[in-house]
Amino acid sequence: MIQAESISVSYGSRLALKNVTFQSPSGSILGIVGPNGSGKTTLIRALSGVLPLQSGHIWVQGEDLSKLSPSERARRIAVVPQAVNLPPSFTTWETVLLGRTPHLNWLGQISEKDRLIARKAMERTNTLDLSERYVGELSGGEQQRLLLARALAQSAPVLLMDEPTAHLDLHHQLNLLQEIRTLAHDDGFTVLMVLHDLNLVARFADRVALLVEGKLQPPGRPEEVLTAENLSKVYRVPLQTLLVGKGRHPVILPAGY
Amino acid sequence: MGTPNAYRPYLLSILLLAAMIFLSIAVGSVFIPLEKILQVIGQRLRGIPPELRSTDLSPFDTILFDLRLPRTAMTALVGAALACSGGAYQGLFRNPLADPYLIGVASGAGLGAMVAISFHWPRTFLGLLAVPVSAFVGAMFTVLAVYTLSKVGRSVPPSTLILAGVAVSSFASALTSFLLIHASGEIRRAIHWLLGGAMMSGWQPVLAVLPYILGGCAVLLAMGHALNVLQFGDEQAQQLGLPAVWVRRVVITAASLATAAAVSFSGIIGFVGLVVPHIVRLVWGSDYRRLLSLALINGAAFLLAADILARSILAPEELPVGIITALAGAPFFLWVLRRAKQQNMW
Repeated sequence: MIQAESISVSYGSRLALKNVTFQSPSGSILGIVGPNGSGKTTLIRALSGVLPLQSGHIWVQGEDLSKLSPSERARRIAVVPQAVNLPPSFTTWETVLLGRTPHLNWLGQISEKDRLIARKAMERTNTLDLSERYVGELSGGEQQRLLLARALAQSAPVLLMDEPTAHLDLHHQLNLLQEIRTLAHDDGFTVLMVLHDLNLVARFADRVALLVEGKLQPPGRPEEVLTAENLSKVYRVPLQTLLVGKGRHPVILPAGY
Repeated sequence: MGTPNAYRPYLLSILLLAAMIFLSIAVGSVFIPLEKILQVIGQRLRGIPPELRSTDLSPFDTILFDLRLPRTAMTALVGAALACSGGAYQGLFRNPLADPYLIGVASGAGLGAMVAISFHWPRTFLGLLAVPVSAFVGAMFTVLAVYTLSKVGRSVPPSTLILAGVAVSSFASALTSFLLIHASGEIRRAIHWLLGGAMMSGWQPVLAVLPYILGGCAVLLAMGHALNVLQFGDEQAQQLGLPAVWVRRVVITAASLATAAAVSFSGIIGFVGLVVPHIVRLVWGSDYRRLLSLALINGAAFLLAADILARSILAPEELPVGIITALAGAPFFLWVLRRAKQQNMW
């Protein structure tokens, strides 16, 4: 469970997050959507503890994030970053093992247990057969799954994801999100994910919140939040929604189709 | 990973180093065969007092213990320090062109050492121990200057790193030259020192650099895992639980200490820190835990080989070893540059 209590973050004089408050309980997926530049990546960075807060508090499993050391933080929160600029000359296996960093001693000695956990993380993400391949040779989708494997190897209960489906084709998008849903619903992970694709958020997130110009609107069920009225205002284009399937998931389309 | 194959690189490297140590001891104006080397060392190990030692062996004993062994030890230590710190700088700056020579750390250390030498500190052993410290101060100044100058946002692009390195290095070299001309009495020796390779002879300088090089390299070897994590950038490193800022400080300090100690008594020897880690990376991969220790062993072997060449090419005249490493290293540098360009690193 991760909780933000009116956090504000600024870059120089520009306020990037303004009094953001929310709560993301374990066992569910909170999707964050919003236009470009609304502060989505900043929110992920702040929640992972790498950006100083101007004000407010972040609580992870009941503990104040700012009071934790980097390794204590990383044992509670794992980040799946966007797959860009990864060092090309490590193998997949070496990269996933680095997820064990917060559990290692200062020499970075890796035990059999660490290897076992890394291997399990790779099994779950279908990356085991990539073990010996170099990261530079992998496709965008493979790199994204590799980063999810590395995050799982951290054994942290909270997963923060920044556009995990950005480089994936439809098949891989759906597979990855299905896997993430299993992680939340069956394994009890707290998942907070930033996504651009409104339809994927609508389909896979348990709750959704809109981030607009650094302000987070109250989270709610997808069909409550992703309404034509809300979205048309936020994205400044006329949009319509249809409710489909037995789950009555909203599907968002430009108006007039 | 934990397979028997993991030891093979070490075995090969140690064999290579052993061969170079043997050649370095054996080759020179007088060739000393292995059998004699073993006899002389055996004599000493058994603690036979000088007056009882075989007179046949005594010229060999003198050459070995007064000249070749200290020189071999010094060369191996310097090569190990330069290669290990070069590998660490490359990891730290996430930049394949970082090398103690190219980023100006060596020149800064040279200036620091020159200041100490021009004050005639090396007359006592304590003064000798202080030379690497003075060189270390010079090295830290240059590395921080170069880092600050070449940083663009949150990264250090290869081009600006090298440009800042050249500028800061030229500045330090100019100051060093000024001091050299000022201290005209020992000018010849000092110029030779500056070219690299006019190592001060005897055991004392070896003992004076030993603690700094051992200490610096030991810290670097312990930071292998941290350097691996740092390859993903400071932000991801922090998210993986690494205190990135602290790690950077420790690595910069340890690498600069090892470089400074190496430069103190052997002058500025370029390209060892570039060539050796690169070859190790090409052959055995980028895992810094392995890379740094293998660079250390092979750096010692590489500089010993260069030193043997420097002594043999124009024998009995000796070339500064820095000429050999530059002749081998500069074309290698250009090759790396081309490769980096092809991979769109600029």
